Amino acid sequence: MAEVDESSKPMFAGLSDVSISEDIAVEGEINVPVRSTSQDDEFSTLDEPVKDTILRDLKAVGKKFVHVMYPKKSSTLLRDWDLWGPLLLCVTLALMLQGGSVDNKEDGGPQFAEVFVIIWFGSIIITLNSKLLGGTISFFQSLCVLGYCIMPLTVAMVVCRIVLLGGTGTGSFIVRLIVVTASFGWSTFASTAFLADSQPPNRKALVVYPVFLFYFVIGWMILTFSPSQ
Amino acid sequence: MSESDGNKNTNTEPWGGFDDNLIQGSGSAVIDMENMDDTSGSSFEDMGEMHQRMKEEEEVSAEAAATEEETGEDGEFLGMKGIKGQLGRQVADEVWEAGKRQASKAFNLYANIDILRPYFDVEPMQVRSRLIESMIPIRMINFPQKIAGELYGPMMLVFTMVAILLHGMKTSGTVIREGTLMGTAIGTCFGYWLGVSSFIYFLAYLCNAQITMLQMLSLLGYGLFGHCVVLFITYNVHFHSLFYILWLVIGGLSTLRMVAALISRTVGQTPRLILCGTLAALHMLFLLYLHFAYHKIVEGILDTLEGPNIPPIQRVARDLPDVATAAVNATVKTLGVFLKSH
Repeated sequence: MAEVDESSKPMFAGLSDVSISEDIAVEGEINVPVRSTSQDDEFSTLDEPVKDTILRDLKAVGKKFVHVMYPKKSSTLLRDWDLWGPLLLCVTLALMLQGGSVDNKEDGGPQFAEVFVIIWFGSIIITLNSKLLGGTISFFQSLCVLGYCIMPLTVAMVVCRIVLLGGTGTGSFIVRLIVVTASFGWSTFASTAFLADSQPPNRKALVVYPVFLFYFVIGWMILTFSPSQ
Repeated sequence: MSESDGNKNTNTEPWGGFDDNLIQGSGSAVIDMENMDDTSGSSFEDMGEMHQRMKEEEEVSAEAAATEEETGEDGEFLGMKGIKGQLGRQVADEVWEAGKRQASKAFNLYANIDILRPYFDVEPMQVRSRLIESMIPIRMINFPQKIAGELYGPMMLVFTMVAILLHGMKTSGTVIREGTLMGTAIGTCFGYWLGVSSFIYFLAYLCNAQITMLQMLSLLGYGLFGHCVVLFITYNVHFHSLFYILWLVIGGLSTLRMVAALISRTVGQTPRLILCGTLAALHMLFLLYLHFAYHKIVEGILDTLEGPNIPPIQRVARDLPDVATAAVNATVKTLGVFLKSH
């Protein structure tokens, strides 16, 4: 065996004649040994305490919120996409938009499921549209951006709720209108800052319009929300 | 994608062994999963990159170790160590590649949106001009008219109509017991677009008209532009007569455009009549339905709640008249006070 091996060592071609005797162990772990230590820190996150994992994810989510509040053309939102933020925002918005009971004649608000479905299916459709128009952004990156840019509208919802505590008169309507319009514009502007860069330059308008429609529908749902008495 | 290293020829087992040719990029260029190599943070691609990096490092270190120990070590011992390391690596590799291949196949099969890509290849100028042209009937009916086959404009129009319909349903106080407002709006609009397109396409097939399904979808989709305009105006300004005028003018224009396009592609009087009569009837009646389906309910509710002394024209949203009348009252009061004090 050794002679055959030595003759064709670099190619291991002589191994066809190799028979494995019983005293040599051929069992073991199928581990791909990681040699470099820097990679070790980065990829083996299974051993760290749960607190670290949660804090790291929360920090990433928080950083992205800051990016939405001050939309600059940075690629952080795109590079490290995650869907925690959109889920959090969506659930918050849907909970706040939940109106009174179903049989209430004054149906003040859409149900939770409706808002949830609108947000997620709207995002999926906008993503598909931007991909079909030749965008270079991936599916989940786009979902991430659209979800995070709902934040101004969620803030507007909170403000509207507070304003509605003071009554549903003219003044409150005008205040709510201004707040919702401003946050809707902010959302659209923030998401276009991220999304439109991934499109060919002459087709930006084709991508912006569905985003505009999407945030318009959400903003309109927020504006017409009236709590059940 | 990983390339097979020429030195590692392990295809020596009688049963075929781990074929190095399996480690190759799958040929499909369809799905972007293959193209995402720099900006994507997806764990899927990261796994691939990480695996590739580790594999390369392993290969480099294995080769260095092999050349180092070549001189002193026993050949058999090296061979055994080589097999074990080799085997482990190959199995891990194979598992990874099999998983990725299966996922790619499933993705390619079910999510192949590239079929639709050519239909979205439009410029904003084209969309704008087609929107305007959808209201302008062309009188040339002896030669087949050109119908653009694109789906972006129709889809955006359908979604816009969904939004407008939602607004109309909300302001008219529609209460939907089984189902949701959103579901009804989407179902109505998409159902009309897809259903009527299919039906007219079927009739066109019977009447030997030269039109493809894509063109029919596109034609009807752009015909919804008139509907969107009319509904947008009449859901906010509530006058019956205004609606009828708009229905006839705008609805009529967009219907005429579609009808002329179809006539130009059909031969014979009877087929033309059947096809275009059906389309015209469906299109105009749909607009009528959309307007009245949500007004009746408001009328009913208002009558039962507040009695019949509300004039029939005042079918307005619940929030806005309060705002409007409150504003008007406030203005009148302040004016009155101002005048009295002088």
